Amino acid sequence: MMNRFLSGIAAVATVVSLSAFSTPALADITIGVTIPTTGPGAALGIPLKNSIELWPEEIGGEKVKVILLDDAGDPSIATTNARRFANDDKVDVIMGSALTPAAIGAAGVAAEVGVPHFAISPVPPPVAKGKWTFVLPQYSSVLAKAMFSRMQKDGIKRVSFIGFADSYGQQWVDELKNTGKEYGLEVVSDERYARADTSVSGQVLKALAAKPDAVFIGASGTGAALPQIGVRERGFKGPVYVVSGAVTFEFLRIAGKAVENTVFSSGPIMVAEDQPDDSPTKAEGLAYLKAYEGKFGPNTRTQFGSHVWDAMVILNKAVPVALKTAKPGTNEFRAALRDAIESSGPYNATHGVFEFTPDDHYGLDERGAVLLTAKDGKFQLLK
Amino acid sequence: MDATIATFLIQDGVTNGAIYALLGLALVLVFAVTRIIFIPQGEFVTYGALSLAVLDGGRVPATTSMLVCFGIAALLFDLWGMRRSFSAPPLLRALGINILLPVAIYAVVTVLAPLQPAPILRAAMAVLIIAPMGYYIYRIAYRPLADATVLVLLIASLGVHLAMMGLGLIFFGPEGLRAEPLSSESFTLGPALVSYQSVGIYITTILIIIGLYFFFERTLIGKALRATAVNRLGARLVGVRTQLTGSTALIMAAAIGAVSGVLIAPITTIYYDTGFMIGLKGFVAAILGGLGNFPLTAVGAIAVGIVEAFASFWASDYKEIIVFSLIIPVLVWLSFSVGSHEEE
Repeated sequence: MMNRFLSGIAAVATVVSLSAFSTPALADITIGVTIPTTGPGAALGIPLKNSIELWPEEIGGEKVKVILLDDAGDPSIATTNARRFANDDKVDVIMGSALTPAAIGAAGVAAEVGVPHFAISPVPPPVAKGKWTFVLPQYSSVLAKAMFSRMQKDGIKRVSFIGFADSYGQQWVDELKNTGKEYGLEVVSDERYARADTSVSGQVLKALAAKPDAVFIGASGTGAALPQIGVRERGFKGPVYVVSGAVTFEFLRIAGKAVENTVFSSGPIMVAEDQPDDSPTKAEGLAYLKAYEGKFGPNTRTQFGSHVWDAMVILNKAVPVALKTAKPGTNEFRAALRDAIESSGPYNATHGVFEFTPDDHYGLDERGAVLLTAKDGKFQLLK
Repeated sequence: MDATIATFLIQDGVTNGAIYALLGLALVLVFAVTRIIFIPQGEFVTYGALSLAVLDGGRVPATTSMLVCFGIAALLFDLWGMRRSFSAPPLLRALGINILLPVAIYAVVTVLAPLQPAPILRAAMAVLIIAPMGYYIYRIAYRPLADATVLVLLIASLGVHLAMMGLGLIFFGPEGLRAEPLSSESFTLGPALVSYQSVGIYITTILIIIGLYFFFERTLIGKALRATAVNRLGARLVGVRTQLTGSTALIMAAAIGAVSGVLIAPITTIYYDTGFMIGLKGFVAAILGGLGNFPLTAVGAIAVGIVEAFASFWASDYKEIIVFSLIIPVLVWLSFSVGSHEEE
């Protein structure tokens, strides 16, 4: 409820500004996007909004019309937005939201009305099994496997977990407890905190009292800096493993020197330049970074923004196929587009190679994950 | 759990508790004088902390231009209030407070910020920017409602809180910031390692508590505030200007909030929405003190801090539940001991 008022204003403002320069015509491809540009998910929503500004004006010769609404990360607003897209705007594609509960809400509407839907959040498997929902970000298992095999290689056995007391933290501790076993990892301490906490000293003490070989931080953004600094302040010298949500420049800026001997899992976009030339994610990654940092300044990249660029990579291939069957704005086109997304892969995108099948709407494999270290305020590919 | 861990947790709890104590005191102060449940108290913490973090980078925080905008809005309210009886002295006074003051602060900060002055001076600048906001917020949001019920004032508070948080997101962005510590040194005291930063927090809290005591006991305006708190109508009858006491209370609350923000900015990451949670814990402390007792509030705040520290060690996922459950027995106790009394 807290940001509903603001988001209402933002939604109205966005609709007004977008309709000002796009005159609706019957054959336009209409994309409805619901993302949190305010509220707790704003750190994800704002780079996404910026990236949407980089979208092409047409796909396959058809004009693209974008309707962008703010949902403040609230599942009920996201659901209302998605319903509006389907009933009033007759969209061809729904995208969003960036927070999992809100994305699940939008997926429900998409499944009900039969509109292709891209979730910009790693929604859990029951939702991703839905016929109309495709998932853009890596599901945690893709990133987790890359991370765990590295931990095994580093000789880690006992792991202390410190993470967010929400679904994001839970997802990671579940990976660590279930998949981690296969890599010989044992969780010796499981501590939680909230992003807005002013201190994690208690959690850090408990985590280190268990005498772990390594500390695993399951938190996102600058929120992950608190335990990272905390364990180093208490003199922990062992390796720290940090999940992809924390791979942002803001995190490095705040954590400062405390990031020595820390390994991050990440989507490949953060280090597009460092990738070998034959990497399938390099070309799109460089194109995205050139467009994004060209517009918003150097070192403004985040992992989150390029998911919607990837959606455009997919649509660029799938839309021309669907156009052969039907005209945009019709139910036939939506069904054809859904089938085309499943069949027109693989898509070489910024976050990996999407290979959707009727049974797999995540589409990403181990090429969607890289491991990084940080030095001098920059991320580097871990050798 | 051994002695070292316990010492460390107590120390951590007392440090956070000291901050909650400051906020609890500000909440009690505002409630006693104006009957406002001041939810936006936490936003002053956020603004103070984020302004300091921006000043550390040698940039001018957006709160300075926000201050100027607040001043202009307050001036419009003043002009509207004067529309029937127009005369020069009140107009000049309104111009001075609403335009001259924020513009002067804006000028000082704009000149000094790029020079990267000493940390203590930066902290003073952050407090200087935030403190006058209390006055403007009182002028804009609360003075027109001064005689409204507690519930109406509470709803107005919620509105102010949402507006300030939204402005915080627009001006500071969604990611957190952290300020440079005034001092990163520490010393050992018995089994504990004590940082100068936390000592600074303790000393500031104690000084503010002593300062508040002398303010209420020794100064005329302090006594006027107390008179308003005891009986609003009676205070007006004997010539206390209750509008003046209201704005004084809010300026003090804003200043205390900004000081708290400046104190914690170097030890944690502050987001545009962090203040709400810190403010709520200050509120728990204020409730523990019966929402009217300064020393009990301070003790309650330290208790909240220590309970929080131990809860985060033993059962970190239930930490907030444990902290906020503290209110329940106190409310039960209060409702039995005080008996029912009708407000308004």
